[in-house]
Amino acid sequence: MPALRRFSPLLWLGPAIALIGLVVLWPVVVMVQSSFQNISGIGFVAGYNGTANFRTLFDDPNFVSVLVRTVLWVVVVVAVTMLISLGLAQLFNQQFPGRRVTRWALIIPWAASVMMTALIFKWALDPNVGVINVILHHIGVVKKLGSNQADWLGNPTSALLWMMGVAVFVSLPFTTYAILSGLQGIPRDVYEASAIDGATSWKSYLRVTLPLLRPAIVVATLINVINVFNSFPIIWEMTGGGPGYQTATSTIFMVDLKQGNVGESASMSTINFLLVIVIVVVYLAVTGWKEQVDR
Amino acid sequence: MSAATQTAPPRITAPAPTARRPRRQLRTWLVAGAAYLVAIIFVLPYLEMLIMAGRPDSELGQASIFPSHFTLSNFTTLWSAAAGDLGGSIGTSLEIAAGATFLVLLVAMPAAYYTARHRFRGRLAFLLLVLATQMFQPAAMLVGLQREFSNFSWASPTVSLIIINAGFNMAFAVWILNAFFTSIPVELEEAAMVDGLGRVGALLRITLPLAAPGIVTALIFTFISAWNEFLVALTLSLGEPTNQQPLTVAINQYIGEYSVDWGHLFAAGLVATVPVIILFAIIERRVVGGLTAGGVK
Repeated sequence: MPALRRFSPLLWLGPAIALIGLVVLWPVVVMVQSSFQNISGIGFVAGYNGTANFRTLFDDPNFVSVLVRTVLWVVVVVAVTMLISLGLAQLFNQQFPGRRVTRWALIIPWAASVMMTALIFKWALDPNVGVINVILHHIGVVKKLGSNQADWLGNPTSALLWMMGVAVFVSLPFTTYAILSGLQGIPRDVYEASAIDGATSWKSYLRVTLPLLRPAIVVATLINVINVFNSFPIIWEMTGGGPGYQTATSTIFMVDLKQGNVGESASMSTINFLLVIVIVVVYLAVTGWKEQVDR
Repeated sequence: MSAATQTAPPRITAPAPTARRPRRQLRTWLVAGAAYLVAIIFVLPYLEMLIMAGRPDSELGQASIFPSHFTLSNFTTLWSAAAGDLGGSIGTSLEIAAGATFLVLLVAMPAAYYTARHRFRGRLAFLLLVLATQMFQPAAMLVGLQREFSNFSWASPTVSLIIINAGFNMAFAVWILNAFFTSIPVELEEAAMVDGLGRVGALLRITLPLAAPGIVTALIFTFISAWNEFLVALTLSLGEPTNQQPLTVAINQYIGEYSVDWGHLFAAGLVATVPVIILFAIIERRVVGGLTAGGVK
């Protein structure tokens, strides 16, 4: 049955390929197609209109500022997340009583839905009764509750900073765990050897640990970049991208455009998708995925 | 061999003198103290949820950290129609999460097993496709998903969400199961087949039980991410009655245009969050492996 044998991979992999086709590949086709179509608000297609959607998008006064803000959002959140999680991983890699329980605490923001975490912080920043403002008022940072100063989410700059903080908070568990698993892969005798050479602990961290951690750091960073780039619930729940579009990233902008102009939204979505492809290609190139799979 | 040669190999570092022990202990406690502090910071926002859910409505406008009374009324009224009939939403979320989990296992197990056991043309291409889908999130192709699935008249929002959540979580399951199947020696299966179990018997009685930790991890991980998913759920179930919307969407009904029903919102939030935190603690150690497979070894 050589003919049958040739098709047997298809039998085992077929369902998986079909699912990927239905949920990942086909939507991409529909999305790109929609970006060249004239689509009414209720979803009725009135034919192709060339590059009109893209021209509307590029002429949109918010487009450039949204893109710049998206880059800023990703760079700041990922950089701060990685720096903090390098420290946290080092801390949780030590032996101390109760380590298991503290590591459970660390995973809570990862397990809970990001939307709920965002809503907690939205409430905690309420200008009149939010717990963060109440505490800041107690220690004298916020002069008066209910004032403009206490309205952190009403001001685009402070709103963006707080939301970046929440994005870092929900990113930390994964990146910390990824670096922790990298740390546990480093053999003990590497440290012993560098200790004999007289390296101080800081020096041995920079010269021995960090270079050996490089693969874990690269993977954690890139996965984090994808997550933060696509992040939706934090900004959606805390400011909705407002006032205006002053705190919107490209994902928020795309979802909001969908209410009015589906074609323009599809164009934004297509550009987002191209950006993700760039990140994925970098990921595959940097990690050398082939050697891992080809064992 | 004399007893002398059996002593432990010479140690490079001298045994710690007694004077250094207190310093070592101090260091351990400093590390522990820092870790406890970090743990508290990570738990606090979620404790706040509990404090808010227990705060009586009459105290919602007070600028105090703790309420003067605690009440359970937010939890008991969650199920009434007036306060959102959360039971229906929990049912929808359960359907979506369980359905997606079942579909993922159904589709990922054969693929993971076959790629772990066989070398064939297209294997690399398939694994690359899986790895690439793991990098894509629904947010990157939302308009396409919405236009595709809202045109499927046969698929209710619930069925659409089952299929979509399964598709975006399948990669994780394939990776973690592939790693487990690869680590189980083929000889074990062959021996079982020689013993008369047959191919299917060997698979069911030997391979699957040995891969059980991987299966449980894939199962819980898919369940949690489908349970927590927000953006696609919001997009596809917006027109549904709130008691048929998934929990993440239904919770937003407590946010009105001018006021927010924080008590019910956080009571519902706790109901939605606590079970998945407990589930996640079970698979804590293995999740990173599935997410970074193909990248780090």
